Amino acid sequence: MLDVENVTKEFGATRAVDRVSFAVERPGFIGIIGRSGAGKSTFLRMVNRLTDATTGAIRFRGRDVLALKGAEKRAWQSDCAMIFQQFNLVPRMDVVSNVLHGTLNRRSALATFFNLYPAEDIHRAIDILDRLGIAEQAAKRAEALSGGQQQRVAIARALMQDPQIILADEPIASLDPMNAQVVMDALRRIHEEDGRMVIANLHTLDTARRYCDRVIGMRDGRIVFDGTPEQLTTGVARDIYGADASFSEAATSTSLARLDRPARAKETELL
Amino acid sequence: MTELSNAGGPAVPDIRADYMALTRRRRAYSGVLLIVFVALMAAGFQVADDRNAGGFRDGLHNIFAFPAQVIGEAVEKAALLPGHLVKFFPALVETINIAAVSTLVGALAGLVLSLLSTRGLARFPRLIPLFRRIMDVMRAIPEIVIALVLIFVLGGGPVPAMIAIAFHTGGALGKLFSEVNENADLKPVEGLESVGASWIQRMGLGVMPQVAPNYLSYALLRFEINIRASAILGFVGAGGIGYELKNAISWGQGKFDEAAAIFLLLFGAIVFFDQLSSQYRDRLTRGRGAP
Repeated sequence: MLDVENVTKEFGATRAVDRVSFAVERPGFIGIIGRSGAGKSTFLRMVNRLTDATTGAIRFRGRDVLALKGAEKRAWQSDCAMIFQQFNLVPRMDVVSNVLHGTLNRRSALATFFNLYPAEDIHRAIDILDRLGIAEQAAKRAEALSGGQQQRVAIARALMQDPQIILADEPIASLDPMNAQVVMDALRRIHEEDGRMVIANLHTLDTARRYCDRVIGMRDGRIVFDGTPEQLTTGVARDIYGADASFSEAATSTSLARLDRPARAKETELL
Repeated sequence: MTELSNAGGPAVPDIRADYMALTRRRRAYSGVLLIVFVALMAAGFQVADDRNAGGFRDGLHNIFAFPAQVIGEAVEKAALLPGHLVKFFPALVETINIAAVSTLVGALAGLVLSLLSTRGLARFPRLIPLFRRIMDVMRAIPEIVIALVLIFVLGGGPVPAMIAIAFHTGGALGKLFSEVNENADLKPVEGLESVGASWIQRMGLGVMPQVAPNYLSYALLRFEINIRASAILGFVGAGGIGYELKNAISWGQGKFDEAAAIFLLLFGAIVFFDQLSSQYRDRLTRGRGAP
């Protein structure tokens, strides 16, 4: 389905991403872990075409998306939604408008400037917000919402795109543990219920273990680990993070260990 | 918190209906606004055209007659251009000097006024309205009026022009600077206050490093505007290239070649300072060591 072949990104003399290759056969929940500067973000941004790769190919259903240009490139971007660490919403516009931005690729600029979205799109946007438990916020400005709510608006915008892949770049790094869980649960549910592929950059091991079907570890731009969450032992984690024996997961863990996993189903009650 | 009261909150159909009503209202507003805009433009044009001595449509085909004559004459006497450029260069230097001094003086006045009139930074918060009104007055009086009064009092020359432009610049830059100040981060200022720094120290060491690049780019834009303003003041007797332009551009003297040379000099000066300013600004925002 998705084939990544020798993707490399150079910034001047440094290689941010170094000959990354892997293949995904069917939609899964894939986590990419590694310390800051390992090239995780750059890689996701290349998949979405926010950043151009230096060399390599990313094939989705046989088509090299790195070679797309102009309208075809924008069509691919609408097919491959991106969720950012800082949410990247338009703060002064209301929540539903922000969600409707997910349809921009299909609408003309003039119609969107005058807020002329079809009624069924507006209804769908509100349904998506309801699915994520924030329908009451529909008419509020995005900037008036809490971080966790804003990130769910961003996820709603991604879902509005009806994408094949959802890329999440550190989706919970700016959130407190409780909101982080709500957001990760929402992403996992989207993957399970809609069967969409999710690729998420994560910076905590416990999140990766708990939510992902497959974990890819990056270090200095290279893939150093690719396996199941079970294979991700403390020893492997030390390799990925380049840490010595003093490295302890518990010291940096942000998980709410005492909260039970079934909370996932009742995410809306958590806030 | 809101989700806890989910049971009591509105149901999705209600939210839909509310939001659709909101959308319809917004569309109606923008539709009305568009109609009013178009109607005002059309009506305003009609009124202005009726009052015009000549009429817009009758005069339209003549619009390029004057420029064509200027260019025609200039091309005819193209051989004289280099000589004219050399001849008028000292006048250009005088004009640029007036602009530079007035921008510098105006920027300093604007700096002080802006700090005194920004909420959160002001030394005397209660006097903010006073300083704002002072800046309003400085902006409201046209430069040419001040220059005319001063020329009458002090006699013709560059000094009245400089004072007139500096006065206006102080008000204009003060307003722009204070908008920059409003976006400055107050945390460093608080940090300096916590070590016992005075107001002047807090402004100089906490605010200035943040706002300096934006100040500089506004000041350089103002410098460009002031070059033009000081050229215009030459028309009323403040000297510089404006005085020469007034003599050359008058109809029927056959001096349009000189006028063309003066325009070229002014254009060249603006381009030169635009390039210079973008370079300086880059260096200031990126830091001195950066390439």
